[in-house]
Amino acid sequence: MSQSFFYERSSSDSSKLSTSTLNTAMDSAALDASLYTVKAVFILDNDGNRLLSKYYDTELYPSMKEQKNFEKNVFNKTHKADNEIAFLEGMTIVYKSSIDLFFYVVGSAQENELMLMAVLNCLFESLNQILRKNVEKRCLLDNMDGAFLVVDEIIDGGVILESDPQQVVEKVNYRTDDNPLSEHSVAQVLQTAKEQIKWSILK
Amino acid sequence: MIKKFDKKDEEAGSGSNPFQHLEKSAVLQEARIFNETPINPRRCLHILTKIIYLLNQGEHFGTTEATEAFFAMTRLFQSNDQTLRRMCYLTIKEMANISEDVIIVTSSLTKDMTGKEDVYRGPAIRALCRITDTTMLQAIERYMKQAIVDKVPSVSSSALVSSLHMVKMSYDVVKRWVNEAQEAASSDNIMVQYHALGLLYHLRKNDRLAVTKMLNKFTKSGLKSPFAYCMLIRIASKLLEETEGGHDSPLFDFIESCLRNKHEMVVYEAASAIVHMPNCTARELAPAVSVLQLFCSSPKAALRYAAVRTLNKVAMKHPSAVTACNLDLENLITDSNRSIATLAITTLLKTGSESSVDRLMKQISSFVSEISDEFKVVVVQAISALCQKYPRKHSVMMNFLSNMLRDDGGFEYKRAIVDCIISIIEENPESKETGLAHLCEFIEDCEHTVLATKILHLLGKEGPRTPSPSKYIRFIFNRVVLESEAVRAAAVSALAKFGAQNDDLLPSVLVLMQRCMMDSDDEVRDRATFYMNVLQQKQKALNAAYIFNGLSVSIPGLEKSLHQYTLEPSEKPFDIKTVPLATAPITEQKTEITPVATSKAPEKLAPSRQDIYQEQLSAVPEFQSLGPLFKSSEPVQLTEAETEYVVRCIKHTFAGHIVFQFDCTNTLNDQLLQRVHVQMEPSEAYEVVHHVPAPNLSYNQPGSCYTLVRLPDDDPTAVSCTFSCTMKYLVRDCDPNTGDPDDDGYDDEYVLEDLEVTVADHIQKVLKPNFGAAWEEVGADFEKEETFALASVRTLEEAVSNIISFLGMQPCERSDKVPENKNSHVLFLAGVFRGGYDVLVRARLALADGVTMQVTVRSSDENVVDVILASVG
Repeated sequence: MSQSFFYERSSSDSSKLSTSTLNTAMDSAALDASLYTVKAVFILDNDGNRLLSKYYDTELYPSMKEQKNFEKNVFNKTHKADNEIAFLEGMTIVYKSSIDLFFYVVGSAQENELMLMAVLNCLFESLNQILRKNVEKRCLLDNMDGAFLVVDEIIDGGVILESDPQQVVEKVNYRTDDNPLSEHSVAQVLQTAKEQIKWSILK
Repeated sequence: MIKKFDKKDEEAGSGSNPFQHLEKSAVLQEARIFNETPINPRRCLHILTKIIYLLNQGEHFGTTEATEAFFAMTRLFQSNDQTLRRMCYLTIKEMANISEDVIIVTSSLTKDMTGKEDVYRGPAIRALCRITDTTMLQAIERYMKQAIVDKVPSVSSSALVSSLHMVKMSYDVVKRWVNEAQEAASSDNIMVQYHALGLLYHLRKNDRLAVTKMLNKFTKSGLKSPFAYCMLIRIASKLLEETEGGHDSPLFDFIESCLRNKHEMVVYEAASAIVHMPNCTARELAPAVSVLQLFCSSPKAALRYAAVRTLNKVAMKHPSAVTACNLDLENLITDSNRSIATLAITTLLKTGSESSVDRLMKQISSFVSEISDEFKVVVVQAISALCQKYPRKHSVMMNFLSNMLRDDGGFEYKRAIVDCIISIIEENPESKETGLAHLCEFIEDCEHTVLATKILHLLGKEGPRTPSPSKYIRFIFNRVVLESEAVRAAAVSALAKFGAQNDDLLPSVLVLMQRCMMDSDDEVRDRATFYMNVLQQKQKALNAAYIFNGLSVSIPGLEKSLHQYTLEPSEKPFDIKTVPLATAPITEQKTEITPVATSKAPEKLAPSRQDIYQEQLSAVPEFQSLGPLFKSSEPVQLTEAETEYVVRCIKHTFAGHIVFQFDCTNTLNDQLLQRVHVQMEPSEAYEVVHHVPAPNLSYNQPGSCYTLVRLPDDDPTAVSCTFSCTMKYLVRDCDPNTGDPDDDGYDDEYVLEDLEVTVADHIQKVLKPNFGAAWEEVGADFEKEETFALASVRTLEEAVSNIISFLGMQPCERSDKVPENKNSHVLFLAGVFRGGYDVLVRARLALADGVTMQVTVRSSDENVVDVILASVG
């Protein structure tokens, strides 16, 4: 009666497990023609902390915990060498770093890598212009609203909305604080005035 | 301007984060200033940014507080500060799902969307569509149509993309905007063109004719946007695949012409599309491969990566097509991006010659620790493929694999290595001992239960047959002492096999078993007790039946039968023979490890095909008394592919009957068939007992009818029979458009191809992991032997595959693989004959002019032996 345990659970169980995500993702046929190109985009600081991040595919990492785990994993695998492209957890990830910032664009394994690169370059160039070439954490945080708007202009729900940085900057039409009426700026205006006077005198 | 922060920086310490210690409650408190008049755009902007930042960090907002903040935010629409307004749109989108009553902003957004400020219009559309539902969509439909064809590109793009998002929700409404999208597709703006194409395709993708027209139009007129070109290539290759269009199709020409596009993105997309096409010949691949070759030396890492990844894929099917790139690939194996280097090496391993293997393996082992698990699996698969190609290299590979096995790595990675080692062991008998030694070492420190049990199972199977089995005992018994229940139980089973096979080890194994009987886990104790008692009998037949060759029944079937038995208790003991057999033997069926790994969804002992049939058939009252389903054949086509009616047949064998299941499809849209059944005329003494007709067979709706046939009782050797089949039915003509049938119909019939029942239909495949033991177990009581000359067969491989398919039995001990350059071979086949009789066949084959075959059959029933020999002859 106790014959059932002759059925080898060892051998059969293992043969039924799913194969690696890589194979499924890497080998399946070309993807469906669709505008949904970008799965996620995020900007991390040099400790791997999230500064800005958007996930467009709700099935991919639905919870905040999974997203942050993914970002940690990606950061650990990419922050040491600036290699531009990586393949992790079944996703193609293109990335770029600048001083203490890391920019990532994530797409499916079958996605055209150059499309993802176009998005990454556009993101970086647009921010570069908005931040006046100071692409670093401090400056980004001071202009976080601009960064949110830039990402919103480049990708909408996973669709590439715009890939030309010039267009993005025009559409966002973002001014870094021009008319801040704080003490700080008053002092600065005075300082600039002083210097100009000084220069005009020296001339 | 940026400088002004320098001072602050010094105070706060550089790199400090102004958002670092944000408190949600404090920010929401601050949000009250939204209600102040006049609005201070700068401060409000800062607070909105903080809210979005918090949401982005994953801070949870309760519905009440979110709604409160949202309503306060709506006041900010009074300000005309551009950035502030844009941040309002963002807040709306972010809060659409957490706040209540977000539709309150609909009118403000509609105003902005149709207003004069172009900067607002696009973003306002996107925000509006985010909060709109199907009913409200109709209200803004007019504005959306206008926006799609707006001359401002950002407005048009926003409207198109938002429409695409809404297709999921309100397909019927968005469908009406096709004409506007069509107009937008001829826009001069590259993004508008891309978005319009995407939306058009999405709306039309189920209408192949419309897609073809669209493709024709755009491939002729040409496009400006590289993104749109990529899209077009994908649509074209999908259409090619669906229509199975040949490579002379204009669509293929279009894709090929894209290889000369000026944008790398488009060129790569086209090359990748060609590579992914099924049945592409080397000649068609050549242009794609040569552009990929150029990309290999690009300064852009992403492009090199894309190229080598695609070449890697080509190398799987057409290694010769990639050999031209070997030099370029060689340059990439030292690439600083390890993903690129790994892909280059694994590609070279596929295309290169045997002599380069050592060098490449050395190169790859220098950085294998730096790459991610995903790529390590790729490496292991390349090695696995290589071992099949160059069996002589197995010692190098084995060495490399054992080093990888010692490194850190996740489950998938370790599993790939273990699978690879196991396949090497199976392919190369001389590598068995080293391989087993590496695996033994691995399970000493293995955290994955599944792998440990798998290896223990393998040790139990292979270990006892090695020259010195005793050395494995220690490794196995260590598991009993140290591991979790599942591993301990597997270790006990493995131990038992050593005791059963090796008489000199038996006393020691019994001692160890004795100790296992004290285990804390039920399963382990049960197994130990059981094996102990079986082993003490010292009977070969018992050992074979209960230790070497496990149960061959289907597990869901067994579960169901046992359940049934407990529901209807009877005096009779439970008969295992009433349980349906497992259809596909679970283990050892790994004929080839293809690098293109089949993607299996994780399944939990899903019911097999046969279990599903059993279920379906038992639902038919006439078949309930037939007993358990013994075997279901593969479907046999009884019609040509392109005929009016398509019929295929599946033969279901029961203990004394056969049920023929006819799956019929009516491909005429102007006919409704009723009372469809298949008339069968047997050539032998088979008796047609009953027909179960399919009541209705409407256009393209498959239906099944059944015919029940009783097998002749008096002549058990009559196993083969030919049936001539005719499908009979009542035709009712009907309107092709509405499907309404006429009131009356007429009888008609349709002649099908003849159907044959052969000996294979009476035998179910069963895998005996240890054929020798099973051979002894069945015994020589009904052994018969005969010699045949197979004159028409030229090779041993051909003979082997013919015999297997003819008898429909399971080859054991990997005897279906004929070693190269041999002129004799022994094939072992196992199966169960209808009625539950084990049957084993040993066929000795010798090659000389034709193939001579000496067949020895053993079975627990004499008739079965006769049937097999008679049918072979």
